[in-house]
Amino acid sequence: MDKTIESKKFAPGSNGGSIRRTIKYENELDKNFAKKIADIAHGEAMYNCIQCGTCSATCPVSHYMDFTPRKIIAMVREGFKDEVLSSSTVWMCASCYSCTVECPKEIKITDVMYALKREAIAGGYYPKHFPTPALATSFFDQVKKNGRSSEGPLLVKVFLKTNPFKMFGNALLGWKLWKTGRMSMKSEKIKDRKGFAKLLNGLDKVKEVAVK
Amino acid sequence: MKYLYYPGCSLKCTGRAYEESLLAVFKALKIDYTEIEDWNCCGATAYMAVDEVNAFSIAARNLALAEKQFEKEEEIQVIAPCAACYMVLIKTMKYLNESPALKEKTVHALKEAGLNFTGRVKVRHPLDVLINDIGIEAIAKAKKHPLKGIKVASYYGCQTVRPYSTFDDQRDPQTMDNLVKALGAEPVDWPLKTRCCGGSLTGTVAEVGLPLSYILLKEAARHGADVVVTACPLCQFNLECYQTDINKKFNEDINLPVMYFSQLMGLAMDIPQKELGMQRLFVKPEKVLKTVKGGEPAYV
Repeated sequence: MDKTIESKKFAPGSNGGSIRRTIKYENELDKNFAKKIADIAHGEAMYNCIQCGTCSATCPVSHYMDFTPRKIIAMVREGFKDEVLSSSTVWMCASCYSCTVECPKEIKITDVMYALKREAIAGGYYPKHFPTPALATSFFDQVKKNGRSSEGPLLVKVFLKTNPFKMFGNALLGWKLWKTGRMSMKSEKIKDRKGFAKLLNGLDKVKEVAVK
Repeated sequence: MKYLYYPGCSLKCTGRAYEESLLAVFKALKIDYTEIEDWNCCGATAYMAVDEVNAFSIAARNLALAEKQFEKEEEIQVIAPCAACYMVLIKTMKYLNESPALKEKTVHALKEAGLNFTGRVKVRHPLDVLINDIGIEAIAKAKKHPLKGIKVASYYGCQTVRPYSTFDDQRDPQTMDNLVKALGAEPVDWPLKTRCCGGSLTGTVAEVGLPLSYILLKEAARHGADVVVTACPLCQFNLECYQTDINKKFNEDINLPVMYFSQLMGLAMDIPQKELGMQRLFVKPEKVLKTVKGGEPAYV
């Protein structure tokens, strides 16, 4: 796919004099994308969206997103896969479920955001040094291995992956937490890690079966 | 009634005071509980972002463990105090019951680990148990130091009531306010009781998360709150531990104590402060402590 069409700069001269198309043609869209995203529990409701914008209005972080939740739903439905998966939107969603509760068409927008996060991680779209996907993947690895999450080691890992210098800025907070017995560098683990691994392996075997 | 208790990871670390105070209150009110043996992480918000079926299955392992531990009970009551754990466990129950294919997969995987899931679990929030099983009158009776003149802003946050609240209103919840009233304090009527605190963004993407926590603190203070009470370890953490950062960033001088509702209950019930994890707070609730001064001497 021609990546240059994503550019919003149109005026000749602003990008070396080349003239670029600012829209996408229908045959350049990913027609299967909407189906894939809707293929989550109750995802079909996405097709009922009336573009009222209640989700964007109720979202506490929509003003930091490059595409608001309303736009994201429209773009998913039309197949703007690359734009959606490389957007900041999904990584700003804090899972507060306001949109899900307020949507008049009962679209589970938070679940749509989760589906997009999974697609973005699986497709390698996510920004490597942005903390939220780093937190999600580090958390996933930690729980997969130990059965529990340990806040201290998890935060250190996320800082190392994204911005190690941030750790110094948080040193005072870390010390205060340690002093009040609220932070530990110990890795918490469940006893039956073998059984836990069996559970996850058992899932891998049946995963090929369709979810629905 | 006998309950099973699912603490979750945060209540063993940054949210230790929540566990300490809640269990102390349970003991004082003679609520019979046992911790689920060898429970694992619920998956919180992050696990779902990587793998959906895995997320539901690891959450379901806890439900299966509860069924194993209380195999004779027809309906098993599991108390999950952390907002994220509570929501994830309810969501798992709901989605497994609504999607036979998902349930089949999960049950298959649980069998590999020697467990079974039939769906006999009812996930309960401690506020639900306290208000609906124990009752507001019993709580009012259990207090020894009425919190007279203390203005309390109840902050419910997101996932305790959204999207699957089973015991309270999603937009204007009241359980914590009623609890506060029963303790003799005055609930503050404020509009942001279910507005997001930023969740994990406050610690990871401060540009986005800090303003959210700031707005909450500022609004609670503007409505005259002496103290904010929460029912979520992450809300408590964001609102209390980042106050220094918030003051620096927004040129403010906020010094608002943020504690767990169970700590406030414990103080009114004359439970020693150490048993309530009061020594773990960054911002001391001086006004509350002065009111209960007839009880234990103030901690260091």
